[in-house]
Amino acid sequence: MSEMDDMDEGSGIIKKFMFLNRKAPHGTVYALEGLEVVLITAAFDQDVSMVFTDDGVYQLIKGVDTKGIEVKDFSKTYRALDGYDIEKLYVDQKSMDARGLTEEDLIVDVTVLSVDEMANLMAEQDVVISF
Amino acid sequence: MLHIVNKSATDRGSLESCLAMATKGSAVLLIEDAVYAVTKGGAAAAKIQAAAADLKIYALGPDLAARGMSGRVLDGVNVVDYGGFVDLVAEHKSCQSWL
Amino acid sequence: MQFGILINEGPYTHQASDSAFLFARAAIEKGHKVQRVFFYHDGVYNATRLATPPQDDRNVAARWEKLAADHGVDLVVCVAAAQRRGITDGVLGDNFRISGLGQLVEMGIQYDRLVTFGD
Repeated sequence: MSEMDDMDEGSGIIKKFMFLNRKAPHGTVYALEGLEVVLITAAFDQDVSMVFTDDGVYQLIKGVDTKGIEVKDFSKTYRALDGYDIEKLYVDQKSMDARGLTEEDLIVDVTVLSVDEMANLMAEQDVVISF
Repeated sequence: MLHIVNKSATDRGSLESCLAMATKGSAVLLIEDAVYAVTKGGAAAAKIQAAAADLKIYALGPDLAARGMSGRVLDGVNVVDYGGFVDLVAEHKSCQSWL
Repeated sequence: MQFGILINEGPYTHQASDSAFLFARAAIEKGHKVQRVFFYHDGVYNATRLATPPQDDRNVAARWEKLAADHGVDLVVCVAAAQRRGITDGVLGDNFRISGLGQLVEMGIQYDRLVTFGD
């Protein structure tokens, strides 16, 4: 059985999907398995936005070394998103500030949004999936 | 838009994150452990009452009752049952669960 | 209206699956169609037929099985999440099936609403 089973890519419907990442990686599986959903969604030609707020901004940090905890380093996958035509990556300014982070600390190019901008982006979505 | 929060505001920051990002006129439904936030004298009571000026605040009645909180609900909070939960989802174009 | 439901946690430890079930039942009672429930992360544990909760407790898996039988709800367990956690066709309850994450994305595209229950 493959991930591509029963995919209906020919429906012609294009919806605005937001994947909202609010959790740090490694402590729980949500960041990793959330990323897996995003990669699959790319095959459906939807209008995808990926958003990082709260501890979710830690998913994008540079300089990760997971060898010592013996789990996969999936942070590099965020850099591959471009190749899946997932180009809309947003981070929340307030969440970055609260954690002493700037765009320089992140492994991918992102658009930094204020809380109000983020709120408006969320309000215009058809589907929001949060991990 | 409908925002759904399920965690206690004294345990996690999800209610705060939700209230910061809920645009004026949106609905916020508190379920599971989040219902403690709408009780009188609770730590989040002031926050909820301030938010109620711009947002419609709902709490799930069966979750309040299960926690012995039915008699403590703040004024201005709408208590709904699971059918009311379904109606809220149907009435709004999208919903976000603040897990 | 057509609903899709996403469940991200296993039974008993978290209320997610209970809340989702009561939501689904209420939606059906109101004349909506619950097309599919997708089980992801530890949510795949809802699908095991090996659970034997005490007589005086609810049986989470059996409740989903019956809802599916009575109302044609499609119960889909994520293959990648299931394989990680040892949930295979051999332990799957009635009316559950294992399939890909595409089935989750499809709920978002095709149905009117997608509601998530988790931790």
